[in-house]
Amino acid sequence: MTVVIDRATGKRRGERAPRTGPLTRLKHGYQKYWYAYAMIAPVAVVLGVLVIYPLVYGVYLSLTDADSLNSARTIGVNHIEATYQFIGLDNYADILWGDTAYDRFWSHFIWTIVWTAACVALHYCIGLGLALLLNQKIRGRTLYRLLLVLPWAVPTFVTVFGWRFMLADSGVINSALDALHLPAPLWLEDTFWQRFAAIMVNTWCGVPFMMVSLLGGLQSIDASLYEAAEMDGASAWQRFRYVTLPGLRSVSSTVVLLGVIWTFNQFAIIFLLFGNTAPDADILVTWAYHLGFGQQPRDFAQSAAYGILLLSILVVFTAVYRRWLNRNEPQPAI
Amino acid sequence: MSTTTQLTSSAAADQTPSTAAPRKVRRRGEKSPGASLATHGVLVVASLIALFPVAWLVFLSLGPDKDDYLHPGGILGKMTFDNYVFVLRETDFFDWLKSTLVVSLGTTVIGVMVAATTGYAVSRMRFPGYKKFMWVLLVTQMFPIAVLIVPMYQILSELQLIDSYLGLVLVYCSTAVPYCAWLLKGYFDTIPFEIDEAGRVDGLTPFGTFARLILPLAKPGLAVAAFYSFITAFGEVAFASTFMLSDTKYTFAVGLQSFVSEHDAQRQYMAATAVLIAVPVSVFFYLVQKNLVTGLTAGGTKG
Repeated sequence: MTVVIDRATGKRRGERAPRTGPLTRLKHGYQKYWYAYAMIAPVAVVLGVLVIYPLVYGVYLSLTDADSLNSARTIGVNHIEATYQFIGLDNYADILWGDTAYDRFWSHFIWTIVWTAACVALHYCIGLGLALLLNQKIRGRTLYRLLLVLPWAVPTFVTVFGWRFMLADSGVINSALDALHLPAPLWLEDTFWQRFAAIMVNTWCGVPFMMVSLLGGLQSIDASLYEAAEMDGASAWQRFRYVTLPGLRSVSSTVVLLGVIWTFNQFAIIFLLFGNTAPDADILVTWAYHLGFGQQPRDFAQSAAYGILLLSILVVFTAVYRRWLNRNEPQPAI
Repeated sequence: MSTTTQLTSSAAADQTPSTAAPRKVRRRGEKSPGASLATHGVLVVASLIALFPVAWLVFLSLGPDKDDYLHPGGILGKMTFDNYVFVLRETDFFDWLKSTLVVSLGTTVIGVMVAATTGYAVSRMRFPGYKKFMWVLLVTQMFPIAVLIVPMYQILSELQLIDSYLGLVLVYCSTAVPYCAWLLKGYFDTIPFEIDEAGRVDGLTPFGTFARLILPLAKPGLAVAAFYSFITAFGEVAFASTFMLSDTKYTFAVGLQSFVSEHDAQRQYMAATAVLIAVPVSVFFYLVQKNLVTGLTAGGTKG
């Protein structure tokens, strides 16, 4: 049994005193930890009021038939009471296997998976490639680095508008394609090209973060490992495979997880690129927003149900991912 | 040929074989001209791709007509700063600036204060429920806005906080605080806890230790957290477009969209506004960007 000394109080932990009554234990726990609880109290309150309560309320809403016509609202001086009813799991049943469920949910679901996988894979591979190039001793390294970070430095809502100008029907990209006698797709109208454009813009926005994080990871790998590998006659590929990749493992696992979560929830890019004009290119997040705020009447209940479904998908994914990461690690990485 | 066997961590110096080989030996870290050329080629292309959309936006903002983006060649002959003058004089630019600053700075101040106490608590004290609490913080990071936006809309409208700065600040805190708490935990972990012990021995309370010893030492970490909160609030689109209704209270993210209505798209003004917004933020970003990444990966990996 290890004895851990509590860092703040200097008290020993881990040596269990003989079991006492529940009330005494509660009292002791309180005396021992009250300041810790006092310090996390502000964040617990904020999270409780702003995250947990809305979440519970959202779960409740998803079990009703609330929309903007039967919710409580004030028109002029008249206050109208809410008249929506509890309808159980009907919303979920309707979303998952009701009429036209494929068009409303499953097509967006498949597209969201494709979108997340494609974007994260592109972010990671391009980011790693650029990080490897920048990790060498080359002339103008700082300049390259500064330029390559630019898409991250400029706020997304600004750059997306730049892309909109470029992707417009006779914008610069199509003019360039025309000049090269290549077909010029309708980037902002045709579903396939909308999706293609969305992945392209998101890749452009997301690579710098990966690149900078992985570059930090590369620089923290001990150079003597490379020397040892070279002495043992490892080829460049073997050094990459057996020194670089394992050395990047902890950074990679974090940034890939963050990347998946952020891309899955990526709202701004698709919303700003297409607005309400492209329901087929909506991933689940923007589609849920569209249901709740982008149409009349606003369907609050379905939107909330989509939200809960999305959250469940992410929680399941993260749990599986953690288990997979920690499969042979005594010390959990995340 | 002298043999230098300096063992530096940079691994730049490596021993050349002392049995002077007749063929030319490339030293470690040195590349053939071809490989070097390829590296530069790839980096130049990547940099151009990174730079082009932003440069294009700046270029278009100089064209006086709203359809100039279709005839970029024409802009060269008639470049003008009129768009900027118009945006600064005739639009709600300064109102948007004010709301953006109020909301972003409010989020920064409240967010960092709350996150610092939390980060310290989870860094130093192994209280029961500590692991679960970290897990909850991580889970809130992955809330899609779709989960929260409808309930928050209803709650805020019941509290009369729709279209108010305070409402938006509180909403942003809920996204910024969990991440900042993780980040600050990582930073507090790097401060040796002997300092805490010294403080305790000298008779400070846990709160006193935190406020008088740890916070001053953690200034760089706090700066990163502040910057992250600021950027989060500054660039957020969904909540701002839904909760802010009157056009003088728009943040930049919403205001920029208002240039493109269904009937008319004033693209030249939009481009000019975009540039005006982007320049100061980007400059600021470059100054602190390195710390942001260090804090981020440290917070994530030292769980």
